[in-house]
Amino acid sequence: MLKLIGLIPVLPLVGVAVNGLLGHRMSRRAVGTVACAVVAASFLLAVGAAVELAGLPEHERYFRTEVATWLPLGPVGPEGEALRIAWGFALDPLSAVLMLVVTAVGFLIHVYATGYMAHEEGFARFFSYMNLFMAMMLTLTLGSNMLVMFVGWEGVGLCSYLLIGFFYDRPFDARTGVSCADAGRKAFLTNRIGDFAFLIGMFYLATTFGTLDFREVSEGIAGGGMGHALLAAVGILLFFGACGKSAQVPLYVWLPDAMAGPTPVSALIHAATMVTAGVYMVCRMNVLYAHAPEAMAVVAGVGALTAIFAASMGLAATDIKKVLAYSTVSQLGYMFAGAGVGAFAGSMFHLTTHAFFKALLFLGAGSVIHGMSGEQDIRRMGGLRSKMPTTYRTFLVATLAIAGIPGFAGFFSKDEILWGAWASGHRVVWAVLAAAAGLTAFYMFRLVYLVFFGGFRGTHEQEHHLHESPRSMTVPLALLAVLSVVGGWIGIPKALSLGADVNVFGRWLEPVFAAHGGEHGSGHGVAQELGFMALAVAVALAGIWIATEIYRRREGLAERLSAALGPLYRMVRNLYWVDELYDAVLIRPFYALCHASRGFDARIVDGAVNGVRHVTIGLSHASNAHDRWIVDGAVNLVGHAVRGASWTFRRVQTGLVQSYAAAMVFGVFVLLVLYTLAR
Amino acid sequence: MLEPLHVMILSLAMFSVGVLGVLLRRNAILILMSIELMLNAANLNFIAFAWAHPDVAGQVFALFVIATAAGETAVGLAILIAVFRNRSSIRVDEIDLLKG
Amino acid sequence: MEAQFLMFLALAAVALAASVMVITRRNLVHSALYLIVTFFAVAAIYVLLHAEFLGVVQLLVYAGGIMVLFLFVILLVERPGTGPAGKPMRWHAAASGVLTLLVAAILGAHFLRSGMAPPGGTAVLGASGGNLETVSLALFRNYLLPFEVVSVLLLVALVGAIVLARPRA
Repeated sequence: MLKLIGLIPVLPLVGVAVNGLLGHRMSRRAVGTVACAVVAASFLLAVGAAVELAGLPEHERYFRTEVATWLPLGPVGPEGEALRIAWGFALDPLSAVLMLVVTAVGFLIHVYATGYMAHEEGFARFFSYMNLFMAMMLTLTLGSNMLVMFVGWEGVGLCSYLLIGFFYDRPFDARTGVSCADAGRKAFLTNRIGDFAFLIGMFYLATTFGTLDFREVSEGIAGGGMGHALLAAVGILLFFGACGKSAQVPLYVWLPDAMAGPTPVSALIHAATMVTAGVYMVCRMNVLYAHAPEAMAVVAGVGALTAIFAASMGLAATDIKKVLAYSTVSQLGYMFAGAGVGAFAGSMFHLTTHAFFKALLFLGAGSVIHGMSGEQDIRRMGGLRSKMPTTYRTFLVATLAIAGIPGFAGFFSKDEILWGAWASGHRVVWAVLAAAAGLTAFYMFRLVYLVFFGGFRGTHEQEHHLHESPRSMTVPLALLAVLSVVGGWIGIPKALSLGADVNVFGRWLEPVFAAHGGEHGSGHGVAQELGFMALAVAVALAGIWIATEIYRRREGLAERLSAALGPLYRMVRNLYWVDELYDAVLIRPFYALCHASRGFDARIVDGAVNGVRHVTIGLSHASNAHDRWIVDGAVNLVGHAVRGASWTFRRVQTGLVQSYAAAMVFGVFVLLVLYTLAR
Repeated sequence: MLEPLHVMILSLAMFSVGVLGVLLRRNAILILMSIELMLNAANLNFIAFAWAHPDVAGQVFALFVIATAAGETAVGLAILIAVFRNRSSIRVDEIDLLKG
Repeated sequence: MEAQFLMFLALAAVALAASVMVITRRNLVHSALYLIVTFFAVAAIYVLLHAEFLGVVQLLVYAGGIMVLFLFVILLVERPGTGPAGKPMRWHAAASGVLTLLVAAILGAHFLRSGMAPPGGTAVLGASGGNLETVSLALFRNYLLPFEVVSVLLLVALVGAIVLARPRA
């Protein structure tokens, strides 16, 4: 099985081909079956490969296979080594974890989607995108070098764009006039910013080590092959790339809008798998980060900041999916904070459990939306507990898991990160994360109370149609609910198991992370660890208690509170005006720059023909404007110049093939001149 | 004594004639013919180098260029027919839907 | 050797003159006929340069196949009244002409400066009277994969051309 890991990412591509090319002629049942079957096949293959990997001795658990040479490049390294990049796939304990999570959760969500999407247009298109996503995500997971990973990295970005804009003809947000297609574009462009930094980091590594293979790069770094300052710079650049993909401050803005996609997409891509790619990448490069404490500090700081910042935005959101989106951003911040304090295993553990319970939350939300005929506003829900019992029960399990109630999955993974932060001396990070845990518990229970308790607040028609979802949706919910409980039991800390070593997860990942002795907890007593565990639970319980008081016990308290907190509430409600800030600081100046450069180009192109006339007119305009300068200011002049310039410049786009061909010949001419001069 | 340089000069001249045809004539069919001229000029170079080095690889490449040119002509002419059906004209100065 | 050079000069003159005629004729059918002349001259130059097989292919594919296609399309598309006229493009024409000549001049200067070694032996290209064996050995041994790819390309072009030219039902 191990030799077949190259097939794992390829199998879903079969589904893409079948559903993409023939899907419109096939029945919906056949499309759904094909899509689920290829993912199931990948899952079985992944399990087989992981079992075989586990059978190897602990320090030989690494398998790499190269399908083909991809880019045999010229000399790039410091000693002029040739850079050769292969289509390689590698399996080690770390990639095995993500591979299993992706295929397992992916399969359940595919099954769920066959029910959820049953009445939508573009059924085959949806599933070919989903299969493509699985293929790309598995490429990202299994790639043995950074460039193969980057192919997957960009591929999942593309699928994310395609699936966010799946309902490309529908509006998304009535308040801002954003359409689903706009939301997709926003996600794509925001990711580009991060990817740019990621690429630069990758170039640095390639030129320093002459290879991009993860293992060889790690060995090179461990051997001191890179200067300290450069190492920190590369670490921060790569992390900035991760910020884009994993929606961290300051690039998180796309994820809430990504909720424009169908709910299974939000569950699979924007909660369980794709957005965790950044965390995975940071863990993958753990040797680099271990040697660059400054980069680690940045990761921890940004992670903790995101955790609390996003959690606070979740407090006032009223769209059920947006609450979950902010929660996802916040939990991703948790994972980065974990990686940043050196608790890489804890970070991966939280990634795993989060994939289970957050997918479950989204699928539960999807079930609610499905039952409510498309309604997403929690102010118009309420009392669904009796109408949708399975959805309610599974949603509650996931909520308890994310809130960190002992026994549920989220408790163990959160605790590992919190304890890792405290034990490694990051007291501030610990305090911020603990506060975020309290906020998480609060807004999740607020959500549960508003959706499932109280009286129904929707329209009469919605109440009439209210129904539990079909079995294809409730069965995955139940399975994920089980995983959301038992998923945490593979990583029970020593402090709770009376010294017995039952932390299977930590031991499994040890060969990957042990290189730099990320062992924490030494020098701290078990009693202290238990104490902090209790403290975290108490904070979570406090959050739940406050939510219960406000939304269950005291009628009208919520309104009075939001009125009393006035400006604070408005600030949170408007998401700290970050979108508006970006619009004013980045997007508008960018447009202005575009206009300005367009005008600049136009003057050069047009100068030969209309130069004299324009100069004359420009001069008279200038003198005229100069006369009125004191009265009107320069604003009018700039406006006129831009408008005139754009009018002339659009004539360059004649639409005539031959003028484009002439431009090509001109380009050849310029190149030739440069070549001649250079000789 | 015939040298590769002579063939290269001929090739350059024919290529320039082809470029002029593409840039100056407004009939799309003639533009396609000019492209054939340019491809032939390029092939002349391949053959000259194959002869000069001597290495038969140049001739193989010329063969591939001919095959590609055949495909290009077939598709190009088919596009022309489709355009003509829609617009009753194949004059490239009348086809400017991309005008800004 | 002198005879080879003189023949080349004659053929080159024919090829060049015919190609100039191609782009200057008003009547498309005339252009096509001159193009055939160019192809013949080029094929003869191939033979002169020990590429006999290529010469034959050139005649078969170009003069035989592609030109017939051109003539058919000219007959299908060209109608009286779709001839010249239209806005003059003096700026464009002048700029294009000057540019092309400049590019050609620079390239020619480079050619002349760098020069090229006189040809080596022609044994590698096969015995005089036909190099079919040499070419086919190279084609089917070293370049088999590109050869197959090209055949797929031709098939795709064929299907594409049919789809494009087929009337909309």
